[in-house]
Amino acid sequence: MRSRLRLPSVPPATRTRLERALLAVCFCTLALYPWLYSNYLSTTLTQWLPDTSTAFVILAFTVMGLGLNFVVGYAGLLDLGYVAFFAAGAYVAGWLASEQFANAGSVVFGGTVLPKTPGIHLSPWLVLLAAALFSALLGVVIGVPTLRLRGDYLAIVTLGFGEIIPQFVRNGDNLGGFNLTNGAFGMNGIDGLGFGNTVHHAIHTLPSNFLNELDSRWYYWTALALVVVTIVTSLLLRDSRLGRAWIAIREDEDAAAAMGVPLMRTKTLSYAIGAFFGGAAGAMITLQAGATSPDAFSLQVSIFVLCMVILGGIGNVWGVTLGGILLAYVNYKGLFAAGNTFNSTFGTNVDISQYAYLIYGVAIVLFMLVRPEGLIPSARRRAELVEEPEEENVGAEASPA
Amino acid sequence: MGTGVGTAAASSRRPILALVPRIRSRAVTALGILLLGLVAFWLVENAVHDIGQFGLVTLNGITNGSIYALVAIGYTLVYGILELINFAHGDVFSWGAMIAYSVAISWLGADHHSGIELFGILAVALLCAGAFCATLNIAVERVAYRRLRNAPRLAPLITAIGMSFVLSNAIAVVYGFNYVSSEPLLSRRALFTIEGQSYGWDKLIVLLITVPTLMSLMVVVKRTRWGKAMRATAQNRDAARLMGIDVDRAIAFAFGIGGALAGIGGFVYLVYFTQGRFDLGFQIGLFAFTAAVLGGIGNILGAALGGYLIGFIENYNSGLTWHAPGPSWTESLIFILLILILVFRPHGLLGEELSTRS
Repeated sequence: MRSRLRLPSVPPATRTRLERALLAVCFCTLALYPWLYSNYLSTTLTQWLPDTSTAFVILAFTVMGLGLNFVVGYAGLLDLGYVAFFAAGAYVAGWLASEQFANAGSVVFGGTVLPKTPGIHLSPWLVLLAAALFSALLGVVIGVPTLRLRGDYLAIVTLGFGEIIPQFVRNGDNLGGFNLTNGAFGMNGIDGLGFGNTVHHAIHTLPSNFLNELDSRWYYWTALALVVVTIVTSLLLRDSRLGRAWIAIREDEDAAAAMGVPLMRTKTLSYAIGAFFGGAAGAMITLQAGATSPDAFSLQVSIFVLCMVILGGIGNVWGVTLGGILLAYVNYKGLFAAGNTFNSTFGTNVDISQYAYLIYGVAIVLFMLVRPEGLIPSARRRAELVEEPEEENVGAEASPA
Repeated sequence: MGTGVGTAAASSRRPILALVPRIRSRAVTALGILLLGLVAFWLVENAVHDIGQFGLVTLNGITNGSIYALVAIGYTLVYGILELINFAHGDVFSWGAMIAYSVAISWLGADHHSGIELFGILAVALLCAGAFCATLNIAVERVAYRRLRNAPRLAPLITAIGMSFVLSNAIAVVYGFNYVSSEPLLSRRALFTIEGQSYGWDKLIVLLITVPTLMSLMVVVKRTRWGKAMRATAQNRDAARLMGIDVDRAIAFAFGIGGALAGIGGFVYLVYFTQGRFDLGFQIGLFAFTAAVLGGIGNILGAALGGYLIGFIENYNSGLTWHAPGPSWTESLIFILLILILVFRPHGLLGEELSTRS
């Protein structure tokens, strides 16, 4: 399709000293954020800056954005049902760390509850891993039949899955008499992050609140660690054989197939890896919230995460990270803050956050029209997007409209 | 990815591999026939169980299907020309319902009139909704899609999603987030009854509007110069342009027709259900898109047929009493159907073999 593609000049993956310094500063700021916030910022900028728990949610959603970037950014597969993996992760967390299966007896393995508590209570760290793996498996199950489809058909099918899975969850309180998901009420009383009593008994010297239920700073740092892991995985995979295969598929599926790239396996892997991080983020959000319900899994979440990828720069890890943090900040704090400021300045009473999706819609359209490559575009992607239109326009040259 | 090793292995496996598609396609056909047989058995069993309920549900299916058909045609027209899933189409439909509400109820007070006056008011509302949605759809194309016509394929699709959010939330800005609703406009007094189940004017008017609309649409598309230009553009845009067809206008025409049908659909929805809300078009849009795919996307007759099929599936599933999964599974059923069709028969019931352009 793109036979006359101008070869994009991709700069080698070295970074200038300035970029490294900037990265280091950003990372340090993020790592020290809970401390900075409670000691300095909360007094002056309290209205505009998120507290630590909100910052946690922002980072968790950034992980989802980065996960979706594997699918949309690298492999070029438009996934409109990413929320399915959020749901999968959330419910795995619910199954493995709550009293949902109380009649199965008491299985406490490193969970942050007292021994003999009914239900399954695995260590939350294991739960995170299990949720991620289950999501990845779900990604393979969804991907194998559907990834043969191309472009917008795939988008519609993924959208369908994104609608089916919440409905399944909603109706899952009576699957042949078995209560799997607790239906529309969702699951409550899900354990928090922590190291559980096993570790607590082993290390007596530490304060008890440290090892059982961790406070919000620890959630924040866990999310930050997950962001870092996701970024590193993204970078390593992008420069690997697999990453190059994804990009080849994104740019021209037929040519990639002709060059010997196994389409199905490569696409399914991108889907599974994206799902992996989506599930981990979903489980983490659930562990923090302590509850989950089918209402949380609407198409809007999928679109919201997709916006992060588009806004930041499809295919660019740093762009998506920035886009994710920015958009999640706007959604969870910025809009409220802006609304409050607006109302107190003009004495009005407008709930701006109601119109969040109007604003996002306008932002998507404007971005696609004005800057389709996003805030920090990847060099290759930009070359693709600014490429002169060819084959479609043969007639235009002959008879200008 | 080990290409060197892979080719050797693949060539030695080829004779067996060559058989796989044939076996699989036979298995798929057999499974498909089995599934259809089961569905047919289920329908017959239900009809025997409670014929009145079955008849009522069938008529409801026709009524709902009419709305899906009207919306589905908009998807199919646009996809036929631009290969774009116009996500915003469902929200154009919502606008149709809301405009019909504004004109018929807020402005002309249809709920206080009856007889010939009522029908006059409804006709005005119908025209207003159709005209408004046609204009809206053309404007959406002009503002959002035209500039992206030669962009990579995902760009207009993502823009369409954005437009969908803009349009639906714009309704929320104008009409608020809650349902607007009115008293029933048309009497639900039975025109006739089947086994105690009645069929009234509110259902009949849906058919009275839909059927002539669809017929005149066929005439416009098949017989007029505009329709011809549109079909030519859908077939090959460059060739059409070389033949002196103004492609931009033909595309705008397709959007206009699709929008008008969505507006009429919105009007019909309002008259039948007498309520509307900003997110109305989301689910109906998805069902209508499924209908368009089911019938073979790009095929107008197929879209109408698909719309009625979806209407039947929805109502049989939620209305029948003997072993029906029930309304809480309707969405899942329809999406599973969509996925099965896309995976096994992407050209739909009436469509031609799709090209594999990515």
